[in-house]
Amino acid sequence: MSIVSTPADIGTAAARRSVEKLTTRRTDWAGNGFRLALLFGLSIAVLALLAVLYDVIVDGVPFLSDRGTEFITERESSRSSEYGIFNGLRGTFWIGVFVVLFSFPIGIGAAIYLEEYAPDNRLKRIIETNIRNLAGVPSVVYGIFGLIIFVQWMDGFFPNSVEQHLGQTTAAAGATLAVLVLPIVIITSAEAIRAVPRSLREAGYGVGATKWEIVKDHVLPYAAPGIFTGTLLSLARALGEAAPLILIGGVTGRLGSRSGLFDLDQLGEQFMAMPLLIAELAKQPNTVGKWNEATAAAIICLLVVVLLANLIAITLRNRFEKKRG
Amino acid sequence: MTDTSKNDIDLRATDQELQRMSEADAPADPTPATAASENDPPVMFAAEKLNVYYGDFRAVEDVDMSIFENEVTAMIGPSGCGKSTVLRCFNRMNDLIETARVEGSITYRGVDLYDERVDPVEVRRRIGMVFQKPNPFPKSIYDNVAYGPRVAGQKKGLDDVVEGSLRKAALWDEVKDRLKDSAMGMSGGQQQRLCIARAIATSPDVVLMDEPCSALDPIATARIEELIVELKQDYTILIVTHNMQQAGRVSDRTAFFTTNVDSMGGRTGELVEFDFTNKIFTNPNDDRTEAYITGRFG
Repeated sequence: MSIVSTPADIGTAAARRSVEKLTTRRTDWAGNGFRLALLFGLSIAVLALLAVLYDVIVDGVPFLSDRGTEFITERESSRSSEYGIFNGLRGTFWIGVFVVLFSFPIGIGAAIYLEEYAPDNRLKRIIETNIRNLAGVPSVVYGIFGLIIFVQWMDGFFPNSVEQHLGQTTAAAGATLAVLVLPIVIITSAEAIRAVPRSLREAGYGVGATKWEIVKDHVLPYAAPGIFTGTLLSLARALGEAAPLILIGGVTGRLGSRSGLFDLDQLGEQFMAMPLLIAELAKQPNTVGKWNEATAAAIICLLVVVLLANLIAITLRNRFEKKRG
Repeated sequence: MTDTSKNDIDLRATDQELQRMSEADAPADPTPATAASENDPPVMFAAEKLNVYYGDFRAVEDVDMSIFENEVTAMIGPSGCGKSTVLRCFNRMNDLIETARVEGSITYRGVDLYDERVDPVEVRRRIGMVFQKPNPFPKSIYDNVAYGPRVAGQKKGLDDVVEGSLRKAALWDEVKDRLKDSAMGMSGGQQQRLCIARAIATSPDVVLMDEPCSALDPIATARIEELIVELKQDYTILIVTHNMQQAGRVSDRTAFFTTNVDSMGGRTGELVEFDFTNKIFTNPNDDRTEAYITGRFG
């Protein structure tokens, strides 16, 4: 009751307060804290990656430079100084070929059908959900699938094969990994196709194009960069998988086939692949040879292969994107 | 001075010639129209008892209207009144929506568009469409215009088709030196004129326009409007617009749609009145039309 102020007083007080507020800069504690937390997460991720790389490079690079190209062109040996990873690279190469030849066309085709042709009903939604779930199934389960279908059921598929085993062949390994990445290829491709704007399709229909022409001329070119990114990431995944291959049964040691890189005969022969080979190397005792170093060197080689695949992916995607305008 | 006056005389002579020529072009005995009034041009489309459903929901109810050759017909009305839905029935664009269903009939030059034997792809070649948002293909300017004729099987003379269509769309002079450039680098107004060029490249009878200027600035809008009036010479044009002034400026006839809300809250579009644009804007028959035109609702 004692405070009596005139309207003019109130006015000047309000003005002073607003000037005060305007000129006192406050610190955004919550915002800064959040930023720091994010930075912390990022640095842990980067540090972990660097630690792995550092460890591998320190062990592997001297060993690699010591052995030179022999490490890549030679086959397995019981002595680390004579060991070579050719059979592993060869198997990984053929797995990649299987994924590109089977997963890509089948997966992209399935995605196109789901997005463009399948009627939007419950069956379609059930199928979509299942594909999503399949992408999350542990890879070792695919190994069992491969063992039953490709190894046992397709035994004798290559009648002229010199191997008398239960179809534990390069073809079986390639087919298993092709099936493993199929759901990922379908999901990423379907997402890229779904992102094609409706207006683009309407424009095509508006000038009298058929559905096939619209898919071929507009939808696929527009979705190509996205499809490429997804499919080639799935390729990198296939090249790095070890668990299913253990079940299919890769063979180590000098019993493996002597085929060259491009020999088609090896499809019916026993296989080796880089991830399996690395696991085998890591199991060797370091007391009788430089097995730790050999493991690191093999890891470097696999990394280079995967990085090369990604590099090709990025180059192709950029080219498609330029075309898209 | 003498030169100029000579020029004037020459020009006048040319004008007279032109007039004579156009009189000669006109048919000596215009065939009597079968439509409502004696002087109407031939009917291009006739919609009868047209109902459009999305699933169980009726979007448009009992539309009867006729579209006449070489006229601009405008469709106006508040949002959600079904004018775009009706427009998309004329080239079977609603086929692309799985749940959409059309009842009643639309005839195009006497052929029922929804007859089983009618090929919707062929329909869309004859009845072109320009959309609300400019939607050029992410390809070159040339390929945008040439695409329609190409999918129709044309291989020779594409250069002429492209040039002719771009000229008709009043775009040729702006783009003739960069036909190979991507259409995505053009301004919005240019893109929309390119879409018009693309629509007329298949030499259609009719061009449907679904709010073609709603994403454009006033200058670009004015250019498109000029273009619509010019295109009327060669094509029959249906235009959906939110802009009543635009309907008044470009159209010969206007259809006014509105929305009826039933007791369940369902909204169904209805054609209230369809008449000459002059009539609709100056002396409409229906009170609802008048209310909308004068800005009292909608």
